[in-house]
Amino acid sequence: MYNYNQFDHDFVRNRVNEFRGQVVRRLDGSLTEDEFKPLRLMNGLYLQLHAYMLRVAIPYGTLNSRQMNQLAMISEKFDKGYGHFTTRQNIQYNWPVLKDTPDILDALADVEMHAIQTSGNCVRNVTADHFAGAAADEIEDPRPTAELLRQWSMDHPEFQFLPRKFKIAMTGGPNDRAVTKAHDIGIRMVRNEKGEPGYEMLIGGGLGRTPMIGKVVREFLPKADLLPYVEAILQVYNLNGRRDNKYKARIKILVHETGIDTLREWIEEVFETQKSHHQAPPVEMIEAIEAQFQPPKLDNAKVDEDKLSKVISSDPLLRSFVETNISEHFDSNHAIVTISLKPIGGTPGDATAEQMRIMAGLAEAYGYDELRVSHEQNIILPHVRRDDLPEVYKVLKEAGLATANVGLLSDMIACPGMDYCALATARSIPVAQELSNAFEDLKLQQDIGPLKIKISGCINACGHHHVGHIGILGLDKAGVESYQITLGGDGTETASIGERAGPGFSYEEIVPAVSRIIDRYMSIRESKNDTFLDVYRRVGADTFKEALYPEEAASA
Amino acid sequence: MSVIVRDSGFEKDTWETDGGLFIDLEKYGQDVTEREPNKTAIDIPNDVTVESLKGLFNSAAMIRIPFPSFADGRGFSLAKQLRQQGYEGKLRAVGHIISDQYGFARVCGFDEVEIDFDMAGRQPEEQWLARVPKQDLSYQNLLMGKRPLRNI
Ligand code: HEM
Ligand code: SF4
Repeated sequence: MYNYNQFDHDFVRNRVNEFRGQVVRRLDGSLTEDEFKPLRLMNGLYLQLHAYMLRVAIPYGTLNSRQMNQLAMISEKFDKGYGHFTTRQNIQYNWPVLKDTPDILDALADVEMHAIQTSGNCVRNVTADHFAGAAADEIEDPRPTAELLRQWSMDHPEFQFLPRKFKIAMTGGPNDRAVTKAHDIGIRMVRNEKGEPGYEMLIGGGLGRTPMIGKVVREFLPKADLLPYVEAILQVYNLNGRRDNKYKARIKILVHETGIDTLREWIEEVFETQKSHHQAPPVEMIEAIEAQFQPPKLDNAKVDEDKLSKVISSDPLLRSFVETNISEHFDSNHAIVTISLKPIGGTPGDATAEQMRIMAGLAEAYGYDELRVSHEQNIILPHVRRDDLPEVYKVLKEAGLATANVGLLSDMIACPGMDYCALATARSIPVAQELSNAFEDLKLQQDIGPLKIKISGCINACGHHHVGHIGILGLDKAGVESYQITLGGDGTETASIGERAGPGFSYEEIVPAVSRIIDRYMSIRESKNDTFLDVYRRVGADTFKEALYPEEAASA
Repeated sequence: MSVIVRDSGFEKDTWETDGGLFIDLEKYGQDVTEREPNKTAIDIPNDVTVESLKGLFNSAAMIRIPFPSFADGRGFSLAKQLRQQGYEGKLRAVGHIISDQYGFARVCGFDEVEIDFDMAGRQPEEQWLARVPKQDLSYQNLLMGKRPLRNI
């Protein structure tokens, strides 16, 4: 867990005061609304459909119980008693009042948090694998690097007015849980042939209206070269990215129009200059950051396996929770617990203040005081002793937080859509709720197996629909909601963009349409281990299109 | 007429009254053959490459970089590149810049900012003075042991 040093404290507090002043200057007319807008956006404040929305950064998704409790307090004092955890590993408050926002930012600063650069055309909150530092499959914890990038990007004088927003994601190993290939920069920890750790650098991934998978710009970047290299990418983008059309302004379009090879040459050239003007970060600084991400001192008393498995097998609900919501920890006495914020029929990602406090309490009592927010809108307890699982489960169950659906159909991502978002062309949360209700039987979901459904309420794709195994995009066709289905998307290391299945479906038709896809999958899979994505990749789209559009298939 | 913002506050623009000239980059090669570098300021567009300007570094006492809109941040990178490539003359930012950006401009290598009276009226001197970089302390400097591009 990273703890602020004096400089971090001063910096964040200073920003709050600055923003307080900007709110005053907006109110007295020194700043026009146009000029105030990027300044409030840089501090996480959006203007939405019904109210302002404040987006709070949770760098690389890591929180402690004190911070989670403070998020709960803020939601009660300044909002309607809940918060929304999002795919950007942050939390959004949907109902704050402008004049309160400096006080909210102060309350965040009290627990070493902020909302800086969670919006606007700057380098956004850096996201990372939510299992970082706990996963069994990781080369190195990506968070010290993500923290380095957080610091580097804070108030960077050159890169606050980029052509468009800029998102960086990191993963610490071969399994990509951070969707790095759909970010402006994706970073993966790798080792070179000498066994030294370094980074594979990708650029130009992104979703939105022109989805693209990131391309490798550097196969191996020594760790010490990270900042000058990232600085070179940003400088080339700042000078050459398109500013004539905001839909073509992301770096993915520059990569697409210029070509990765030419761009690589430009970047490498600027990198040489950058390197001669910068020193590598002082070793003491890097070590001080790394030291803060050491795993907690794990209690390594041997778990009594016999006893534990008896307890688990005596309770079928606990057993299914353990089967779906638990992942492998690097230490065999421990496990990673994913708390699903997707109760059947609920709003994906919402948590009440009470639930936040319960999760904080669990982290404190059983989880070495650590929590994570995942881009899949769930909360993680990264280090839990396996013999504590029954107790943790019991507490979660009482709080309505024990839904055993992680990775299954109802563990959907949905953007805010028409319920909150000013840009929405369709509802998305209600679609998620109806789908979840239609498949409420968790046994059925378990039988269907791993499935990622992702829903966006407009072409901007905040709900990641392009990388959903089944993606749903809500559009507006002459005043009527129309939902387009994409199939075969994947946000992991085997990333791919889903393909459009055909004409859209009305709000009433969309749940039955998804059901037909699932029925077809169930009828053609070879075994239970033959997942939806495997089947789709093997047999292609046709059979699913036939299931989706039976009339056309019949008349063809 | 416009207002020049420096770390000391608002000042009158005396460049032209002192006999200085602003010359567009594209006209630079054409009209006058004998130029005094210390009377010459070049207006460059913000989509030019710094590489193409290198030959002119000693021919102008000032380079002026436009900000067509405060949301167009190309000028920051251009200033930074000019300094990194060794340009030591004066760098002036001109156009739509807001006081909240003054510190960024200075750290990227600008010496001064030229704004119109309208902006100077709406954002008075104290709002700009509040943005004068006070010390060399920033995340970027701490992390990269960067030498400041100009004396701050
Ligand atoms: C509620 C108001 C929101 C607004 C107005 C908004 C706006 C946008 C816009 C305009 C884009 C397209 C950017 C582009 O293609 O250049 C976008 C993309 C995206 N947004 Fe949102 N968004 C909102 C909420 C969210 C939420 C709740 C999340 C989840 C945390 C989110 C995460 C994303 C992601 C992941 C993308 C696509 C990835 C990419 O940037 O290419 N947004 N958003
Ligand atoms: S995808 Fe569209 S509707 Fe959904 S949050 Fe993003 S901008 Fe809003």
